[in-house]
Amino acid sequence: MKPLQTLLILAFGFLVVFAETVLPGPRNLLGAQIDLLPGLMVYAALNSDIWTVMLLAITGGLGFDALSANPPGISIIPLMLAGFLIHLRHDLILRSLPFAQFMLGAAASALVPALVLILLLNGGKQPLIGWGSLWQWLVITAGGALATPVIFAFFGWCDRTLGYPEIKEPSFRPDREILRDRNKL
Amino acid sequence: MFKQKNYLALGAAVLVAALVLSLPASASSRLRLVVSSWFLPLFGLANAAQHLPADLADNALPRGELLNLINSLRQENDQLKVRQMQADAVQRENDQLRSLYDWQHQMPWRLKLANVVMRDPANWWRTIQIDLGTRDGLRENLPVLTMDGLVGRVASVRLTSAQVILLGDPNCRVSALVEDPAQDIGILSSSGPLDSSLLDLSYLTGDANLKPGQNVVTSGLGGIFPKGIPIGRVVDAQSLEFGLSTGARVKLNADLGALDKVWVLFP
Repeated sequence: MKPLQTLLILAFGFLVVFAETVLPGPRNLLGAQIDLLPGLMVYAALNSDIWTVMLLAITGGLGFDALSANPPGISIIPLMLAGFLIHLRHDLILRSLPFAQFMLGAAASALVPALVLILLLNGGKQPLIGWGSLWQWLVITAGGALATPVIFAFFGWCDRTLGYPEIKEPSFRPDREILRDRNKL
Repeated sequence: MFKQKNYLALGAAVLVAALVLSLPASASSRLRLVVSSWFLPLFGLANAAQHLPADLADNALPRGELLNLINSLRQENDQLKVRQMQADAVQRENDQLRSLYDWQHQMPWRLKLANVVMRDPANWWRTIQIDLGTRDGLRENLPVLTMDGLVGRVASVRLTSAQVILLGDPNCRVSALVEDPAQDIGILSSSGPLDSSLLDLSYLTGDANLKPGQNVVTSGLGGIFPKGIPIGRVVDAQSLEFGLSTGARVKLNADLGALDKVWVLFP
C-alpha cells in the first residue's frame, strides 16, 4: 500500500461527495446529480491495492450516506463490489487506455446506484423512482463514464508531481565504447 | 494468497456495512452526525467563497446608489407599517368575533430564516440541510416555506442543522385544498423523479370541477401544516378510475431547484 496514494484517493473521495452536495448544476441542467465515486473506485481498483479499495468504499460510502437521506452504510457494499470485481481482473485490463477507463467508469457508475436502490427497496424504504429514473440512470452512467478518464489523468498528474521522478537509463554503455587509440588496445 | 486477501477485504467491508446498518436509530443518527461533521470545514470554505463576490460587490457599490436604496427601503418600510396597523386592527376584530362565538383564537405565525447549506447528493431523495437546529428551537415536522409558498417539512434536527424533506419526496405528503367554490381536498404527492416543480394531487372526489390556474393551499388537516399556506396552481385535471376520483397536476409556486434561504414556520 502506498500511503500517499491511498491518502490522495480518500481525500479526493471526500471532496467528490462534498462537491455533489453543494453543486446542483448537473441536477438542474440534466435532471440528475452525477456521482463521481464509482469512477474514483475504478481508478483505485486498477492502480491501488485491495485495502485502498476497501477504505474508499467504507469512507466514501459512509460520507455519501451521512450527507444524504440514505441509511448510513448502505452505499458501502455496492461501491466495494464494483471495486472488488474490477480489482480481481486488474492485471488483464489495459488501464492506460482511455477507452477502457471510459467503459469501466460507465459500468461502475451504472452498477452502484442500481445496487443501492435494490438494497433500499429490500430494506423497506420508499425512494423516489419512476420512469424518469431511467433517464437519471443514463445521465449518471454517461457522466461517470466521461469523468473516469479525467480522474485517471488527474491522478497521473498527481503521481508525476508528488512522486519520485522516474530514473531513466542512460544510453551510454562503457563496454560498447569504441576506443580509437591503437596504443591502448 | 492473492485471492484470499481480496476476499478478506470484501468480507471486512461487508461486515462494516452490516454493522453500521444494524445500529439502533439513535446510534445511527450519532454516526451520521460524526461523519457529516468531517465535512464542516469544507462547508465553511464553500460558504465563505459563496459570499465573497457579494461582499466585493457591496464594497464596490457607489455611495449615491446606496443612499437611493436606503430612501426606497424607508418608503417601503413606512407603507408596510401602515399595512401592519390595518392587519392588527383586522386581527383584533377577528379575535373579538371569535370570542363572541367561543371559537379558538388564532395564534400568529412566527418565522425563522435559515440558509440552505447543502442538497441531497442521491437522486432518489429530495432533501436539503439548513443551518438551524435544536439550539434555535427547531423540532421535527415544522413547516418550511419561502415567500412564494410551501417547500417541505423538518424531518430530523441536530444541534446546529436540520434536514428538510421537500415536497415531492415520497416521505412528504401534504393535505391540500383547492380554492374553488367546492373547496376540494386532496393529497399532494410526487409526480416523478425528474420534474421537481410538478406534483400530483390525488384522492379528490369524482365530481371535483378543477380548472387550470386555481390556487392550491394547505388544508390544515393532518396536524403538521397550518391551513392556508400557498402551495401552487392547478395545471390540469383528469377523471380517474371510471369517474370515481379526480387527479390533478399542481405546479409549485416555490422553485425547489434554486432554494437559497427558507423560512421555518413555528405555528
